[in-house]
Amino acid sequence: MTTLTTTLPEQAPRAAAPRPEPAGPPRVTPLDALRHTRTLAWRTLVQIKHNPMELLDFSVQPLMFLLLFTYVFGGAISGSTSDYLTFALPGIIVQNTLFTTLNTGTGLNTDLTKGVFDRLRSLPIARSAPLAGRIVADLAKQLWAICMLLGLGYILGFRVETGPLQAVAAVGLVMLFALCVSWISVLVGMLVSEPEKVMIFGFTLIFPLTFVSNAFVQTSTMPGWLQAFVKVNPVTALADATRGLLVSGPVATPVWHALLWAAGIAAVFAPLAVAAFKRRV
Amino acid sequence: MLLDMTVRDPDSTPAIVAEGLVKRYGETTALDGVDLRVPAGTVFGLLGPNGAGKTTTVRVLATLIRPDSGTAVVGGYDVHRDAHRVRQLVGLTGQYASVDEMLTGTENLVMIGRLLGLSRPQAKARAAELLAEFRLSDAASRPAKTFSGGMRRRLDLAASLVGRPRLLFLDEPTTGLDPRSRNEMWDVVRDLVGVHGVTVLLTTQYLEEADQLADDIAVVDHGRIIAQGSPDELKKQTGAQTLAVRPVDRADTELVVTTVAEITGAAPELAGTLVSAQVTDPAVLPAIVRRLDDAGVTVGEITLRSSSLDEVFLSLTGRPAEDAASPGTDPADPADTGGAPTGRAGEPATDDPTARIPAATRS
Repeated sequence: MTTLTTTLPEQAPRAAAPRPEPAGPPRVTPLDALRHTRTLAWRTLVQIKHNPMELLDFSVQPLMFLLLFTYVFGGAISGSTSDYLTFALPGIIVQNTLFTTLNTGTGLNTDLTKGVFDRLRSLPIARSAPLAGRIVADLAKQLWAICMLLGLGYILGFRVETGPLQAVAAVGLVMLFALCVSWISVLVGMLVSEPEKVMIFGFTLIFPLTFVSNAFVQTSTMPGWLQAFVKVNPVTALADATRGLLVSGPVATPVWHALLWAAGIAAVFAPLAVAAFKRRV
Repeated sequence: MLLDMTVRDPDSTPAIVAEGLVKRYGETTALDGVDLRVPAGTVFGLLGPNGAGKTTTVRVLATLIRPDSGTAVVGGYDVHRDAHRVRQLVGLTGQYASVDEMLTGTENLVMIGRLLGLSRPQAKARAAELLAEFRLSDAASRPAKTFSGGMRRRLDLAASLVGRPRLLFLDEPTTGLDPRSRNEMWDVVRDLVGVHGVTVLLTTQYLEEADQLADDIAVVDHGRIIAQGSPDELKKQTGAQTLAVRPVDRADTELVVTTVAEITGAAPELAGTLVSAQVTDPAVLPAIVRRLDDAGVTVGEITLRSSSLDEVFLSLTGRPAEDAASPGTDPADPADTGGAPTGRAGEPATDDPTARIPAATRS
């Protein structure tokens, strides 16, 4: 019977291979990788222009939190709103920053499910750039939100009682911690089937974790069994460190605890997240 | 007779050579030994139902996934070892428009231009050029999420052309588009090849689309290429032509059926007084005319036409393409294939679809 299929000659598959066409460099240089990361970070940030709701989400929401906590709960918790502001502002910065790390996972998952990732990966760009660009952009948003919180705090009467260097160190520590935690977010973003599920994860893990800490209230006011958890909660270490660096209190021990936690979280979740990233894309 | 359909110009080096591509996802075998050879400057159509392995093939060739075994050389470079270089040569337009919905038309294209190493002014100029070419200039500063389906698809195609690729992968470029947008897309694809000299590999579930656009078609089913050739060659291969005879006098119908069956060796189909059968040898036409004339039958209508690609798919797989695309249909189910209302000529009744796969592809 007639066969019209075209199959390759079985001999010499190499000989059948076409001559290479002229092409660019064989691989991406580190400088290229930085450029690609910058462009993809720009891509994430420029979206804000067209989606004002997002601006609301990461600017207005933390400010709302600050106002609510200070004026609604402040008097009841600390006796005066100004005392509570001094105690709670570092905690709110920590809480908001940790919560915002979820955006990284949501954004990555959206790119995956919408097919943007396929497009990016078909381009001759650094393999890490889509992930790195997203993380860099989200850190920029984090920095923005922290500055907004400190700015509004200042208007409401919050003062940095340590010094500018310590204040910068506090912001740096919180951002570093957020960077390490965002690997969890990346992992979740790679594993779930749709972006909304990242948020469900956030509410079930990060919400209780930030509230069952001393971010908003003194540990000593809680029942003993809860105190035991609060004391080992990494959020407590980070809140204490931030408080120490911005206002007063011990610095060295909580900072070390926070750094160790951050390193531990990154050591566990960064490899898992990268593996999931490679598997998924 | 062995016809090597894909090689038109013996001097042209193929744009794509793939050999024995296999890809499994757990229990599912997405690719079961795919061989491809796409000559440069042509449109190559991968035709098959949902889940046949078309998208997986494209993803392997576009360096997005690694095959479990087999090799693929695109533009002269191995898709795995020289992936970065392959990416410099190809453009990909995915099954689902993969533009960033939050970015405007311009921003989407500028982003890609910047990623490809253009300066900001260069990237903007290239974006404006492509937006104009694809009639998207008016929507240039609107977020892509406000675009219609056809506009989004055009933007997606524009995005894959920013880097002036030599080779373009179009994964189901018109799925979900209305007929007008689909026709526009077809014109665009023809221009790409004709004007820009791009080699195009497109996947489609639409037989008509492959017929319209492709120089060569590979029919994909269950991760295998079950037939390959130009649209006309495929039609010839698979039973090929359909003969239809209609007698003037209804009383002669039975005689026409018997005559057609005798000469073609097939079981003719009867629709009213129209007797039709698939034939491989065009010489049956005069034979039938003579025989009917001798018998005194007046023929009101007699035609010999090329089979449609739907008929081709049916002939190759033993089941209609529509059935294969519907989920839950077990394609290996003999009841499914045996019951196919074919009336096909010259093909012994076999229920095993793989039995019809030409031996040469079972490598």
